[in-house]
This record gives sequence, C-alpha cells and structure tokens, in this order.
Amino acid sequence: MLEAVLLGFLFSLFLVFAGSYFRGRLAVLSSLIPLSLFIYFSTFISEIADGKVIYENHEWIPSFGVNLSFTLDGLALLFALMITGVGTLVFVYTSAYLKDHKYLDRFYGYLSLFMAAMLGLVLSDNLMTMFIFWELTSISSFYLIGFNNDKEDSRKSALIALGVTGIGGLMLLGGAVLLGDVAGTYRISEMLSSREAIADSSHYVLILFFIFSAAFTKSAQFPFHFWLPGAMKAPTPVSTYLHSATMVKAGVYLLFRMSPVLNGAEIWHTVLIVVGGVTMIYSAIHIIFRTDLKGILAYSTISALGILVFLIGIGTQAALIAAAVFIVVHALYKASLFLITGIIDHETGTRDVTQLAGLRKVLLPVAIAGFIAALISGGVPPTLGFVGKDLIYESTLHFKDNAILLTIIALSTNVLLFYAGFVAGVKPFIGKLPKKFEKVHLPSPLMWVPPLIMTCAGLVFGLFPGLIETAIAKPIAMTQALQFEDFHLKLWHGFNTILALSATTLILGTVLYFVLKPKHSLENTIAKLDVIAPKTLLLNLSEGFAVFSKYWTNIFQTGYLRHYLFIIVSFLILLLGYLIFSDFSLKIDTSSLADLTIYEISILIMLLLGVLYTVFTKSRLAAVASLGVVGLSFSLLFLFYSAPDLAMTQFSVDTLTVILFVLVLYRLPKYLNLSDSRLRIKHGILSVSFGVLITLLILKVLGETKNTEVTEFYAENAYKLAKGKNIVNVILVDFRGIDTMIEISVLIVAALGVFGLLKLRLKTKDKK
Amino acid sequence: MEILLAIITGVLYASGIYMIMRRSMVKLILGIILLGNGVNLLIFVLGRITKGEPPIIDSAEKVLEGVYADPIPQALILTAIVISFGLQAFAIILMKRTFKVLKTDDLDQLNTTDEDS
Repeated sequence: MLEAVLLGFLFSLFLVFAGSYFRGRLAVLSSLIPLSLFIYFSTFISEIADGKVIYENHEWIPSFGVNLSFTLDGLALLFALMITGVGTLVFVYTSAYLKDHKYLDRFYGYLSLFMAAMLGLVLSDNLMTMFIFWELTSISSFYLIGFNNDKEDSRKSALIALGVTGIGGLMLLGGAVLLGDVAGTYRISEMLSSREAIADSSHYVLILFFIFSAAFTKSAQFPFHFWLPGAMKAPTPVSTYLHSATMVKAGVYLLFRMSPVLNGAEIWHTVLIVVGGVTMIYSAIHIIFRTDLKGILAYSTISALGILVFLIGIGTQAALIAAAVFIVVHALYKASLFLITGIIDHETGTRDVTQLAGLRKVLLPVAIAGFIAALISGGVPPTLGFVGKDLIYESTLHFKDNAILLTIIALSTNVLLFYAGFVAGVKPFIGKLPKKFEKVHLPSPLMWVPPLIMTCAGLVFGLFPGLIETAIAKPIAMTQALQFEDFHLKLWHGFNTILALSATTLILGTVLYFVLKPKHSLENTIAKLDVIAPKTLLLNLSEGFAVFSKYWTNIFQTGYLRHYLFIIVSFLILLLGYLIFSDFSLKIDTSSLADLTIYEISILIMLLLGVLYTVFTKSRLAAVASLGVVGLSFSLLFLFYSAPDLAMTQFSVDTLTVILFVLVLYRLPKYLNLSDSRLRIKHGILSVSFGVLITLLILKVLGETKNTEVTEFYAENAYKLAKGKNIVNVILVDFRGIDTMIEISVLIVAALGVFGLLKLRLKTKDKK
Repeated sequence: MEILLAIITGVLYASGIYMIMRRSMVKLILGIILLGNGVNLLIFVLGRITKGEPPIIDSAEKVLEGVYADPIPQALILTAIVISFGLQAFAIILMKRTFKVLKTDDLDQLNTTDEDS
C-alpha cells in the first residue's frame, strides 16, 4: 500500500523534471497512474468483502509512535476506489479540458500530489500520519484553487480555503495529540479497545471539539462552509475531483473513522445532527438563489455533505449504511454534473443557467449524461440515488427522538437537491436553442465519455444494488464495530411510509422545478444578506485583525531609537517599581558615613561634576574631556576600594577611548541641540525616575546579607589549585579561562570590524 | 559610603539613559559609556565596599584570610570594562564612517534604508 501512496508523489516529482513532455498529446497518458491504482485497489474487493482487513506497517518515528501504518478495510477501500476511479476520469477529462494549456504539466503535478495525499489520508491508521496527509491535501488544494494565479479572485479564494482548512488541520493535530495521550497510541485500530477510557476521560469534550473542528472545516459545514463556493474559482476538473468527490469528504471520512471510537456519549450525536442538519437545509435553500451552474453545484455539495454528517450523527446501522451508499451516489452524480458544467462552460463560454437552453441539439451525449445524473441526484428509480434516498428516510424515521422533525428536514433538503440536479443537469439542454449557441460543437470524447461512464455506473448500481451491498455497504458496517443485523439493499421495498416519502420528494421536486426559475433578481436579493453571512463576518474579523496589528506595529515600530528606548525603559520602570514598592522596607546604614575621608568625598564630587558636565555641556570636546574625568575618577575609586587591577584597566581603557574620540571628532558637524525642550523634559523625568529606582534597588540589596560561599572558595583555592596569588587574575585566566578566551575573540572581532570600517572604500559612492 | 555610591550609580544610570535618547550619535555613544560605567559601579557596590584590602594573597601565605575585598565583582567588572572598550571603539569608528557616507550624525535621518532620502 505504501507504494500505492508513493506513486502519486513520485509522479508529481517526475513531472517537475519531465513536465514538458506531458503538455501536449501525451498528457492523457498520465491517467494511467490513477487507473493502475484503481485496478490495484479493485483486486482487494473480494478479500475485503469476505470481512478481511489488511494491515501494513512501516516504521518511521517509532520512538514517538508515529509510523506509516496503513489499513485497508471497507471504509478505506470505498474511498480509495472513489479517489482513484474519479481520479482516472478527471485525469482523462483534464487532458482535453486544459488542452495546450501552458502549465498543464504543473496542473497534473498538483493533481497527482493531491491524489497521493488523499490516498494516504484514507489509508492511514496512524492519526499523526493522517494529519500530515490531511495538511498535504489542503496545500495541494491551495495550488489547484489558485491555479489561475493571474486572477485576483482565484488567489483570494485559494487563501481563504487554505486558511479555513489549515486551521482545521491544526485542530486535527490537537485532537490527535489528546487522543494519543488518553489512549496511549496513535493507531486508530488500537484506540477501539480504549473506547470507554476515552469517553470517561476529562478530555473527551475537548477531543470532540478538535475532531469536529477539523471535520467541519474540511467538509465545509456551517459556519465554515463559505470557502467551498469560493473554491469553485478553480478549473472545473478540480471542482469535480477535490471539491465534490473526494477532498471535502475527508471530514466525513474522519467522522466515519472516529465514530466507533468516539460515539460513546450523547454529545457526539447531538452536535453532528444539529450541525449537519443546519448545513444541509441552509445551503439547500441557498441553491434557489443561484444562477451560476457551479454555484448551484457548490451549494448542493455542501448540502450533501451536511446530509452525510447528519447521518453519521444519527449513527444507527441504517444511518451509517445510508451514509456509505450516499457517498457513492453523490460522488457519481455530482462529479458528472461538474464535468458536464465544465463542458458547457468550455463550449459556450458561460455558466449562467438563465441563458443556457436547448443544448441537446448540439451536445447530445452530454445531454444524456446530464439527464441520468439529474435522475440519480433526484433519487428517481431505478437509479442508485433512489436506493440512497430510501436509506436516508429509513434512518430518520427510526431515530429515537424528533423523528418527524428530522424527516421533514431531510425531505425538504432532498426536494431542493432534486431541484438542483435538474437545473444543472437538464435545464441547459431543453427548450429552444438560442442563436448564439448554434455553432457550439461536441468536444473531444475524452471530455464527454467520463461523465457518461459515471452516470451509467449509477444506473447499473441502482438496478443491481447487490453489487454495492457486498462490496461496500457490508464491509463498512463491519468497520463500525456494530453488531450488525443482516440487511439487503433493494430497489423495491413494497408500499410503505418510505416509498410515500420518496414519491413526495419526486413530486415536490418536479413542481419546484417547474414553478421556480433561476433568476438574477433572486441572486441579488440574497447578496443583500451577505453583510451577516458567516463569510463576511470571518473575513471582517481577519481584516480587522490585520488593521489592528498594523496600528499596533505602527505604535511600537516607529523607526526612532528613542521611542524604542522610551518604551523599554518605561516598562522596566513599571516592573522594577512594582517589585521595589510592593515590599518597601529600607534599612539604611548611615554609620559608615562617619569614616569618610576627604579623598573619597573629593573623588565623588569630581565624578558627579564630570557626569553632569558631560550631559549638559554645549561643546562636544568638553563633553569628551569631562567623560575622561569621569573615567579617571573611576580609576581612583577602584584604587581606594581595594581593586588595583580595575584601576589600571579603567585608566588605560579610558585614555584610549578619549584619544579615539578626539581623533574622530574634528570630522563631525556642529554639536546641535536637536530635540525640543518638551521632549527633553519628558526624557529627563523618565531617566531620573529610572536612576532613583536603581539607587533604591542598591540600597535594598545592601540591606540583605551577602552570600560569600563562592568568594571563600576562591580565597581558599586560588593558590592551592591555580598557584596564583592575585585572586582576580587567577579567576580570569584560570578558573574562568575559557570565558576570557571568548572575550578576547570578541575583541578580535571588534578590532577586525574597526579595521574593516577604516579601510572600506565604497567605490561607487566615492566616485560620485 | 555605600549610600553615596548608590546615589552616584543612580545618577550615572539617569544620565546614561537620558543621553542615549538624544538624536545626536555622539551623545548616543557618550550615553552608552556612562551607562556602562553605571553598570560597573552597580556590580561593584553590590559586592560591598572594602577599603585598602585588595584580594591578593601575601607572599608568605597560601590562603587568603581576614578582611578582603570580594574578587568576584572585580573579575566581572574587569571583563565588562574590556568588552565595553571593544564596543565603544567599534561604535566610534562606525559613527565616523556613517558621517563620512551620509554627512549627518542625526539619528532621525538614519531611520530608513533608502539611499535617496
């Protein structure tokens, strides 16, 4: 299985180097990749139908429990077949749809990258690897949505989609970490045994929150649904493949996969039913207001995803099987409708459903495919759609609470989806052909055969539901660890409530189709409500955040050194002031003042005068000279207070600094007072308060007893261990010798810098 | 004595910070030097003051005993003086270079990377 996952990655890597060969006629050959994978996965059907589960494990980071472990069971197989099957048809279709496109090879590269990531996602048994593949699908989706990167709309939609699904991916990581922590493993198959422990854990609700956020963002559930209609900016093959058949179902897949592990508590069911229910009816109503074919299909896709989440929320055997069948149904008809829309768009240049009519005369095979797709979507017997719809009603009718309400919601959604299917699949083809479309001609069979194949499959599966039952429905029921009762998928159940509901759906749907015509005025009406739509709110939020951070940055990042310093020092004052004054007790020992000698006092006065003169003098030379006075006073101070080494160093360093300064000074402009007096007073107050705080800090520390342990160690061992009598020297060159060595390296670097600056000749500058 | 030194340290800090907030580059460097001296004095005072007893072992003894100045702050300050000399020398030369190229020592005219402005 690892090879199957890697194949797509390798192919897209191969395209990086050999892409130019795949831009022309050879492009269609790339569909051999998904086709071979489809055949490979088909060989497992009989094994899986017998109830086998195939495991495969490759160690990756075993110390963290992160491994490339793959499971192929009913659920994974369904998705793998869907990904590779729809993938094959989309790859074929693309070769004609984007024929002679400049970046066709790039498109195939992204597409196969996505396919590989998606396969990895559904086959992963390890939540961590699943997370990685999950993010890879988001990233490849970003490139595909923004494929027309010269259009601003595309880029914006791609960013929104990446933002929403990317956040969801992070949520999945959070959920995975928590689950791994509680269950002690990242392997989903092993988590099943700690089901109780997970449900009882205090993190249970948090885990649900993370997993739900991941699934809802990926599968475009309310209120995160808005990225999906935007994602329709992508070329049609992408909408077909990623945004209806596979990627958006990743969230549903995750819920399906985690359902046996997590569905222990009532909250799991409640949240999923509510969110799924709201999503399906909310976006189904939106369909009425759309005139763009892709828009209609986008909202009906969201609605279908809502149905799936809703069914998983119900969680009974009937509901889960209904969901499994509906996944197949939806993939077949929605992918076909998208492909058909793509053909219409490609040939006529418009997707506006109010303008399209009568195309059957010029695009007959496409019209047939569209008609069958509409039948499947509407759930008209004998298609698979009918079987799927029956199962949905069966599960809502037998749910323990609010069965009637849930059934009504499901019914209304289905009626609207019926309408959507017919508007997209039938309406463009009937009626009178407008003059401007008379020259439309049938495209290459590479484009119209794929939708025909898919719709015919829907028809065949409907006539022989046993195929789906043994190959998909039963193995999936087994993955849900249900004690499942035997069941059979049938077209004909006899006369009962379910049949009545199905019939009602068909009748109401037909009525709606004939009564309601897509109109631009309706679209404009709903556009007025955009102000309170979740999309607008979230986009405003992110824009507001950008404005806020810009404002915030402008406050702090002014580019003036004094502002930065002002903020830093003010913050230090607050911090230090709080610390000092929160526990204010000052013990000042004034006794030592009595032994002051005249030397000490005169040095201190000299020092003080030097400092003040440096600050206030108007002459630069005087400032440097008085700085020299400060330095020499320091030398004397060190000398009096038992630090002869310091005195010598200070003396030589200070002399050097002053000489250096004077050497440079004569080149400088006049010493100006640049800032106004208000600013100087402000800075003065700040500096003085900081100085006062430092003084208080010193006095406070002096009140404490000093720890002399280390000092005593040096006093005792300087000679014994290092054979030196000047302890300061011994510390520097022996005990802390490496520090000193590094210090010397710093000086060397500084010296090199000085040398470089002096020797540097800016050639272009100097010539000017 | 410590009290007076504490006050002097405060003065050095205050004047250093005041100076580094000026617009002239010369004052900025003067401020850095003053601040550096303030830090040295802070460390020195916190190690307590001892008059006339440097931490040097008598030639006859092997262990330092009795009253002596703490050698640790002194070792720290020695390092600090030398390092800050490196910094100061570099800063002064950098200032010289900046002035040569841009003909200004006003920091407010240096806050853009654009050569033209």
